[in-house]
Amino acid sequence: MSEQSTNNETVDLSKIEKVLEKYKDTRGALIPILQKAQAEYGFLPEPVIDHIAQSVNMSADEIIGVATFYAQFHLKPRGHHIVKVCCGTACHVKNAKALSSKVREKLKIDVNETTEDKLFTFEEVSCLGACGIAPVVMIDEDVHGEVSPDKLNDVLDNYKKSGA
Amino acid sequence: MVKMDTKSVPLENKNKIEKMENETQSVVAVCLGTGGIAAGGDKVFRKFEDEIKKLGLDAAVGKRVCKTAKTGCRGLCARDVLVDVTIPGQEALTYEKVTVDMVPQIIDEHLIKNTPVNKWLAKEDYHKFYDSQQRLVLANSGIIDPENIDEYIARGGYAALKKVLETMTQQDVIQEIKKSGLRGRGGGGFPTGEKWASGAKYSADEKFIICNADEGDPGAFMDRSLMESDPHAVLEGMIIGGYAIEATSGYIYIRAEYPLAVKRLRYAIQQAKERKFLGKNILNSHYSLDIFIKEGAGAFVCGESTALQYSIEGKRGMPRTRPPQSVEAGLWDKPTVLNNVETFANVSIIINRGADWYSKIGTEKSKGTKIFSLTGRIKNPGLIEVPMGATIRQIVFDMGGGIPRKKRFKAVQIGGPSGGCLPESLLDSPIDYESLLGLGAMMGSGSFVVVDETTCMVDMARFFMNFCANESCGKCPPCRIGTTLMLDILIRITQGLGEEKDLEVLEQMSDEMKTMSLCGLGQSAPNPVKSTLRYFKDEYIAHIRDKICPTATCVALHRYEVVPEKCTKCQACIRNCPVKAISGSTKEVAFIDKEKCIKCNLCYEKCNFMAIK
Repeated sequence: MSEQSTNNETVDLSKIEKVLEKYKDTRGALIPILQKAQAEYGFLPEPVIDHIAQSVNMSADEIIGVATFYAQFHLKPRGHHIVKVCCGTACHVKNAKALSSKVREKLKIDVNETTEDKLFTFEEVSCLGACGIAPVVMIDEDVHGEVSPDKLNDVLDNYKKSGA
Repeated sequence: MVKMDTKSVPLENKNKIEKMENETQSVVAVCLGTGGIAAGGDKVFRKFEDEIKKLGLDAAVGKRVCKTAKTGCRGLCARDVLVDVTIPGQEALTYEKVTVDMVPQIIDEHLIKNTPVNKWLAKEDYHKFYDSQQRLVLANSGIIDPENIDEYIARGGYAALKKVLETMTQQDVIQEIKKSGLRGRGGGGFPTGEKWASGAKYSADEKFIICNADEGDPGAFMDRSLMESDPHAVLEGMIIGGYAIEATSGYIYIRAEYPLAVKRLRYAIQQAKERKFLGKNILNSHYSLDIFIKEGAGAFVCGESTALQYSIEGKRGMPRTRPPQSVEAGLWDKPTVLNNVETFANVSIIINRGADWYSKIGTEKSKGTKIFSLTGRIKNPGLIEVPMGATIRQIVFDMGGGIPRKKRFKAVQIGGPSGGCLPESLLDSPIDYESLLGLGAMMGSGSFVVVDETTCMVDMARFFMNFCANESCGKCPPCRIGTTLMLDILIRITQGLGEEKDLEVLEQMSDEMKTMSLCGLGQSAPNPVKSTLRYFKDEYIAHIRDKICPTATCVALHRYEVVPEKCTKCQACIRNCPVKAISGSTKEVAFIDKEKCIKCNLCYEKCNFMAIK
């Protein structure tokens, strides 16, 4: 699938067929379907939403209404690695701000933006629940605890080196 | 219970249990909660495994998967990786901050020669952290392997369920819970027994029991920890609750940000089904219950019960007006009872040990224990469980070890965005539902964030208001507009643009939001502002009148000057200044050249002596 284009031609809809089949008879399955679809495509491309709409017998508008309500869903392509700086209370009092500044400076992107090479997307999130090791940065599924701006610099370098 | 079940236990596990009981083997238990893993726990674990295999030692490396995912083992993740080494016939010894490099020496000296490596053993404050707690709900956390149902059963697990199904009617269970005085641990403090009683009143073709695991308060991780370290305790409580209200199915609504908890709960559900604790005809009692996991999608407001139910239905999670209450028409308009994770984890304790025993713990109106996640500017951040009525001082100083870096305690923020900040003068206040409300805070879900003299209370209020403004679902105007307007005012104050009348406006808006908002989010959003106005008004006034941030937190108000009498000439600021704007030496106090200074704030952060303002 091409990430630049969301035309019908370029999105492989077969990838969600299995998901739709699995949830066919489940009540209230929209959110799990969207979660699985996003895991498949990295975000929710328009044709996928249309396809889901047909399958669950809802309008695409309704689905977009649901998708935009929850922070987890994205309607635009995102980077290969998602850098989440925790801004929960414990991290806040341990100066999470400095970590956000570091990401801005290092990756040259602002919150909710993606680097040009599509390697990183930067997000600020409220509480990852790892307050005991605050301040915390989560990159993809990995939690990095007691992060200082210098340590974050090294961590990001490692991800850069290993690339996509 | 264990006897009854060993028939169905696979041989391998059975041996393991017997071995545990006979203590014929040395055991190395590595903390693999999220805190442990983040600190490299899995690497340490593998190193132990490899080394022990290589040497052919007769020792089992047990996964003592500590309860807490991201905060890790036994609640004290700041000391991760924690490793327990048990030599048969001796007490377990705990090593703290273990790294891969330390493994060979621990094996050689402790496991082989039986001489513990004293210098790496956990120090006195580690033990003090535990000794001053009363761990009922957390009793299994950090002790058992959460992915092994046999270890839960071996410690009395599912005995309460068996007792309930064999000897108690629905009404008996409800009466017992009522008598225990258990109240909702999610924040509101509604009596659990009452809730179950009203849930039982309505009959319908379908009824639901829901576990609210949408732990969203910034600074709270008790529920995640519980689900990760003792998932069966949550399930058992839920099944008993389901039986009491005659639920036909159950849902656990859990944050998607908690992948480890989701995984362990799924595993626990599967294991419970295999043993017939869950599913059709549970333990041949004719009661059937299925439990499903629903992953949230990132919306704080979904912690509100009606919003949560809409979210399970696959809709936008926006609260609705009540009545009807959920017990009458909840999920899919069917009678629904919804309780918090920690509430459910208390249930089997009450059934096993009796309501009379349980109700002796705590205060007159708040019974049992409460788990708090102790974080912020504190020496031992972690998860603690204390009887209701413990004082703030006990938690901060006895368990938390006080404030690090010689700073002074300033306040504790209890209850997250719905709670409030309590000052030093209230250190001896007991913690229970009523007294916290009276002081302007709230039990909330149990976040307990300690702040020291470097934290600006106006900024703290701004922080929480920013959170609520972001998370307001937008349905009702008092919350949607109120949070935004209050945030505007707070931002202005922290930028030195505040006016005297702002404080009055903040007070007034707080009251309006409280009375007019649709749900708890909007009603309680002003609490952090109200409580800081109540206890730290002088800080607001300093920002507004003198254009000074007393803690030098608000960057817009910084002057970047050195306070000569506080400067110890340590030169930390000089070393860290990226533009070399600071001069000074071991003989001379630091001086900041304002021409060169780029106001990056690093010097302020690096100074341990509050010498830069």
